[in-house]
Amino acid sequence: MSATLDLTGRKHTATREAAPTNALACRSPLRRRAWRAGSIALFVAAWQAAVHCHLSLGIVTFANVPSPADAIPALWALLHSPRLPMHLAASVTRVLAGFCAAAIVGVALGLAIGRYRALEDMLMPPLEILRPIPAVAWIPLAILMFPSTELSMMFITFIGALFPILLNTIHGVDAVDPRLVATARGLGTGTLSLYTEVVLPGAAPSIFTGLSIGMGTAWFCLVTAEMIAGQYGIGYFTWESYTLQNYADIVVGMALIGVLGMGSSLLVKRIGAALTPWYRLRGARQ
Amino acid sequence: MSTPLAVRSDTRASAPLAPHSPGRIAVRSLSVEVGPQHARFAALHSLDLDIAPGEFVCVLGPSGCGKSTLLGAIAGHVAASRGEIAVDGVAVDRPHPERGLVFQQHTLFPWKRVIDNVAFGLKMKGVSAAERRREAAELLALVGLAGFESHYPAQLSGGMQQRVEIARVLINRPRILLMDEPFGALDAQTRRMMQTLLLDIWAQIRTTVVFVTHDIDEALFLGDRVLMLSQRPASLVADIAVPLARPRRDESTTEAAFVEIKRRCLSLLREPARAT
Repeated sequence: MSATLDLTGRKHTATREAAPTNALACRSPLRRRAWRAGSIALFVAAWQAAVHCHLSLGIVTFANVPSPADAIPALWALLHSPRLPMHLAASVTRVLAGFCAAAIVGVALGLAIGRYRALEDMLMPPLEILRPIPAVAWIPLAILMFPSTELSMMFITFIGALFPILLNTIHGVDAVDPRLVATARGLGTGTLSLYTEVVLPGAAPSIFTGLSIGMGTAWFCLVTAEMIAGQYGIGYFTWESYTLQNYADIVVGMALIGVLGMGSSLLVKRIGAALTPWYRLRGARQ
Repeated sequence: MSTPLAVRSDTRASAPLAPHSPGRIAVRSLSVEVGPQHARFAALHSLDLDIAPGEFVCVLGPSGCGKSTLLGAIAGHVAASRGEIAVDGVAVDRPHPERGLVFQQHTLFPWKRVIDNVAFGLKMKGVSAAERRREAAELLALVGLAGFESHYPAQLSGGMQQRVEIARVLINRPRILLMDEPFGALDAQTRRMMQTLLLDIWAQIRTTVVFVTHDIDEALFLGDRVLMLSQRPASLVADIAVPLARPRRDESTTEAAFVEIKRRCLSLLREPARAT
């Protein structure tokens, strides 16, 4: 049947077109993963070498930096410390609470602002002024505004995650093909269904990009947030190590935040990819 | 609500498609102006048209003459500046599922599988998932796409995407099918296949079709009537009956009558160009 021929013909062209860019990926995903793990090992080795040789580049010197050889025992000690689960639980709770609040507020505001010009004119100017304010500048106000330090800390991570989510959602809604909106209307779609059937799925890839970046920036703000904290949290641990001049532990805290941030960002990205399976298919045609 | 639905599925069971009730289109001294406030121009100028229920009418005209504007106005996407359009005596003022529109570039939802794209109109009417998927599967079979239900639009060729688009519009049982150069982006062979397919579908459902094209052969192959529009602002130049027998096949395009009408259309298309 010609229709079937049609499809196979299309598939061939698609693979042919994709071949040059994906040649590396197609060859062996396992080898690629090995390269990526190797890159981290190489980075750690370079760091160790720089500290070991007291590398000095004029304006920056590694002479006083803790080396991986110092950090690994510190990490080992922390991993066996009974305080680690509490540090982790406290930080993960704060980041998740701030991130979830930012996701709800950011996506809802973004969907509304992206669709209605009047809302954009009304809400965007103050938001644009708030956006460049760094999280650390919010600390005093956060303490004044919230009844508990826990809520203040969640607010700081919320501020960090909100703007990437909001701006990516607005961008995604703006980019929804107006022809699809017109078509949906022609097929009998009402205002509410238009959101659930067209605007939300159309903006979804962009929203997930925002969520993934927002997850990263929530962790980014963790040390800032936990400067307020009294006892627990990876950020608090890092900040406390600094005040106690416990330099190896600073590096351990930094590395933990980096790994957790990367992991959770990746998780959000994976969930996004699983929920938008059509998005990988867009290619030659669209 | 449930009774007419039950009746409908009974009729469906016997025939692949129950007859739609085709609509009558009446266009009265229609003028349409388009473009931004400071640069408005007339796309249509006091146009009068009557299209009978179940008729297949092709609209021909030089490119940019306002053919698409006419379709958009009948669909309800473009507002009339003066005059009015009525379908079965009811004035058109907004888009409605009873007037299905198919464009040259497909407007399928990329995030919905083929079956859910086709079933979309029924979902908006509140039909249950099982029932709407059953009807959508029947329509997919009608357009020759059985077996592609769970593909995404991006996995289909251009011709197949247009078939899905047609099926999606047909599921609303439109009184009027409006087609804006739907096969314009397809290669010649696929286009002829799609034209034949469209005629086969139309033979089964007999909805009123308004088909815009700039391809004379396509218009004569498909239509009962060909409306020739002038350059912008478009007005009606000629209303040509196409008395070729149906069903039409490839051989129809070489009949003496076909060639004669084609010659007439060509000279009509050339005339206004010479005048300007």
